[in-house]
Amino acid sequence: MKIVVCVKQVPDSAANLVAENGVASWGDAPLVINPWDEYAVEAALNMGGDVTVVSMGDENAKEALKHALAMGCQEAILVSDPALANVDTQGAAKALAAAIEKIGDVKMAFFGRQAIDGDAGITPAQTARVLGWPALTFTASIAVDGDSVKVERSVEEGRQTVSANLPAVFSIVKDYGEPRYPSFMGIRKASKAEIPLWGLTDLGIEAPASVVEWPELNNPPAKDVSVEIIEGGSPTEIAEKLADKIMAEKIL
Amino acid sequence: MAKQTFKWDDPFLLNEQLDDEERMIRDTARRFCQDKLMPGIIEANRNETFDREIMTEMGGMGLLGSTIPEEYGGSGLSYVVYGLIAREVERVDSGYRSAMSVQSSLVMHPIYTYGTEEQRRKYLPKLASGEWVGCFGLTEPNHGSDPGSMETRAKKVDGGWILHGSKTWITNSSIADVFVVWAKASTDGEIHGFILEKGMKGLSAPKIEGKFSLRASVTGEIVMDEVFVPDENFFQNVVGLKGPFGCLNRARYGISWGALGAAEFCWHAARQYTLDRPQFGRPLAANQLIQLKLANMMTEITLGLQSVLRVGRLMDEGKFTPEMISLVKRNSCGKALEIARHARDMHGANGVSDEYHIIRHLMNLESVNTYEGTNDIHALILGKAQTGIQAFL
Amino acid sequence: MKTWVYIDHFKGEAVPASWETIGAAKSLGSDVTAVILGTGVDALAKAAFEYGADEVVLADNSALEDFRVEAYANALSPLVTDAAPGLLLFPTTSRGRELAGMVAIDLNTGVLVDVIAMELDGDKVVATRPIYAGKLLQKTVCNASPQIITVRGRIFAKPEAEPGRSGTLTKVDVNVGDAPTTVEGYGESTGGVSLADAGVIVSGGRGVSNNPNLTPPDGMSDDEAEVWRAQQGFALITDLAGVLNAAVGASRAAVDANYIPYANQVGQTGKVVSPDLYIANGISGAIQHLAGMRNSKVIVAINKDPDAPIFKMARYGVVGDLHEIVPALTVAMKAKLGK
Repeated sequence: MKIVVCVKQVPDSAANLVAENGVASWGDAPLVINPWDEYAVEAALNMGGDVTVVSMGDENAKEALKHALAMGCQEAILVSDPALANVDTQGAAKALAAAIEKIGDVKMAFFGRQAIDGDAGITPAQTARVLGWPALTFTASIAVDGDSVKVERSVEEGRQTVSANLPAVFSIVKDYGEPRYPSFMGIRKASKAEIPLWGLTDLGIEAPASVVEWPELNNPPAKDVSVEIIEGGSPTEIAEKLADKIMAEKIL
Repeated sequence: MAKQTFKWDDPFLLNEQLDDEERMIRDTARRFCQDKLMPGIIEANRNETFDREIMTEMGGMGLLGSTIPEEYGGSGLSYVVYGLIAREVERVDSGYRSAMSVQSSLVMHPIYTYGTEEQRRKYLPKLASGEWVGCFGLTEPNHGSDPGSMETRAKKVDGGWILHGSKTWITNSSIADVFVVWAKASTDGEIHGFILEKGMKGLSAPKIEGKFSLRASVTGEIVMDEVFVPDENFFQNVVGLKGPFGCLNRARYGISWGALGAAEFCWHAARQYTLDRPQFGRPLAANQLIQLKLANMMTEITLGLQSVLRVGRLMDEGKFTPEMISLVKRNSCGKALEIARHARDMHGANGVSDEYHIIRHLMNLESVNTYEGTNDIHALILGKAQTGIQAFL
Repeated sequence: MKTWVYIDHFKGEAVPASWETIGAAKSLGSDVTAVILGTGVDALAKAAFEYGADEVVLADNSALEDFRVEAYANALSPLVTDAAPGLLLFPTTSRGRELAGMVAIDLNTGVLVDVIAMELDGDKVVATRPIYAGKLLQKTVCNASPQIITVRGRIFAKPEAEPGRSGTLTKVDVNVGDAPTTVEGYGESTGGVSLADAGVIVSGGRGVSNNPNLTPPDGMSDDEAEVWRAQQGFALITDLAGVLNAAVGASRAAVDANYIPYANQVGQTGKVVSPDLYIANGISGAIQHLAGMRNSKVIVAINKDPDAPIFKMARYGVVGDLHEIVPALTVAMKAKLGK
């Protein structure tokens, strides 16, 4: 069974992001595999097939691919083309769908629930729509039986059990279970791996027209809070004062 | 060319002196150590407990015997990478690094280097996975820096040896399944190595209680009361002190990286603490006395890391000598201890609270500076190396 | 500009953000058409009028009983194509996001997700959305029609309901087509107030396990004892949450230590929340956590460590032991609220 997992390279979640002249800057913070995508890689590796990891981006995205290889993926492909540099989510979905089709015979395509940079969280659903496959998003557990699959989805209202036929797109949530650490042997192999680059001509598609623009990037307004420390002789006295302050905010 | 900016936490860009593989393994080891080891360390140290499961987790990660070839369960990593891992483990706790060093350098290394093929196959994979824990018996109650005078005896008998004597300050001994023990043989009066196993008649390993250092690792004795060890558990390929010393060189090299990891933790914590804590209306870090200490920490750690990286590269090229390791072991441990003491001071009263970790590192580094060759002994080795005069006696 | 608002609901019950989205559309000066898909959802049409919809387009179809994104997209995309609104809004729920995304693919347009502010520039909506969990704000526009936007909950005011208000109701037939998934059932609801809708959140961090006065039952391992201690700590937090009708949140550290399920995690890799009141107990305030709750209107921090970064974000702080303060606060709030 051929399996694809799509990953993205993002600034580390501990990075302090600053808008500088309309561009996001994360200083010295490292670029890492999107934390949600590690769950997707874990799920993909547990399916018992050949797993190809795909990312879209510039050369930097190779680090995320190597991370996934070190976790145990067999192959990696970087979708990279200057025409994809500023693509919107629709364009990304079309390019990823084309890559999945080019790999061929793919039964399952895995994604993290969202990327912690853009935070849109719609690429899995959009890629599924382009492929015409069911989107089994927010998946916490997966049972494959031949060509059919049953998943438990973790949605706002609780757990939902959904079944579908393969091929299908999955987005994986943290409830799925801890992703494995890359193994040292895996790292040794991954660091030597040659990762092929697929441009638009390789994918056989036109440059997707990007209809979304991002004219401005700003820092959030500084929060003007100076903390008022509530003190008192006993917990009861402190709690009483704090309760008065909370009531005075008129938010309850 | 992009403007080069100074990185306070990596002044000489050590990061760029590493290749992709080295960086990725370091980052993975760091994540493992911070995610899995760091959360429990305060309790483990406070209660003087070592969770046996940690050895299994370390084994699962490939931290045990990482330089041993794959076919015996290792990862075939370089000595530079071994050092980088030791630094990450000891950033959490010297006790955990000790447990790892002992298993890797003092147990797996001699079995791999001096052992027979049967011994390798029997012991190395299970030690690498953490299924078995190993320990190393050289130091004796009456002989620390002078192992040549050891009292433990091995008497040749039919089909094996009878070992009698005791060893002390043995990391992992009371939880060990495998004991690499050095003893003087009745046959040639030389020091030889033996592999003992838990459950052998006459072998016991009582725990040493009341340590104020390395509390998160188990230390014990090895007591051998006429223990019969079969011939197949004898190291045929090494005679004399060069056996244990060959192991100790590797372990000391790991310590030279590890101690700097502990020092880095103390440095970063002291920097953050003095930046965050205002006194007299400004951060503590605004004081010249604080900045001087921070500058010294940065300098010693930066220079120290360059030196251990260099020695690691020489080891990987097969060009190292024990004196190089004495130099970096002594330097790293002495400087790390000094840094921890200053960091303790900079944390004020919080410096003695285990929640801030500094006092734990400080107590640990007192041991690290002492074990596997005290600071002074390594000075004497370096003294002898340049004068030709032996000053031990 | 002709604006459609998709009314998101779970089994016929609208999420509050749906009505807020009508309010957001109204704030742009648009006439609002609410679009409702489902089975037996007439009551939603009535509510939509009361919350300000001028028209309602309603598709009642047995194939739409469970929300299945493909089926809903198959139904919705042709309706939008035919009516050609300039703007199509969804509330940012997991359903709203995905449906918006699929419709955007069908209609060859773009989607602006999780928007917190909108202004008009001619016929273009310039939307502001937080990225990097709110560490940065991005202004964004969609240059195709319809402009599809999902609107974050608890940002735009929910309109006052006007009982009896009515409008034009158009019932439409839809072709759900080939929907490839089957909903087999639902697990038990976890109960309590959901983090996303909560006006008040009471959260706990690693500090909740730190009560030395508790003696765990005999025979527990150290790890079990720690989790047991934490659960006693979270019981105090749940009590306070009960009095405040609040949701219970947690830091990643508390979730990773198995004190509480992941569903309660607030932060960059959990839920991003913006309640009116956020009470952080024993949470030091890692940057990932702060990113997830910084937009709360009033933040209260209770922590033993006076240097904890959470205090830099808080309006009120108590330097003290949550195990003493929280129960006292529960008592005090109960009295003030007359409960």
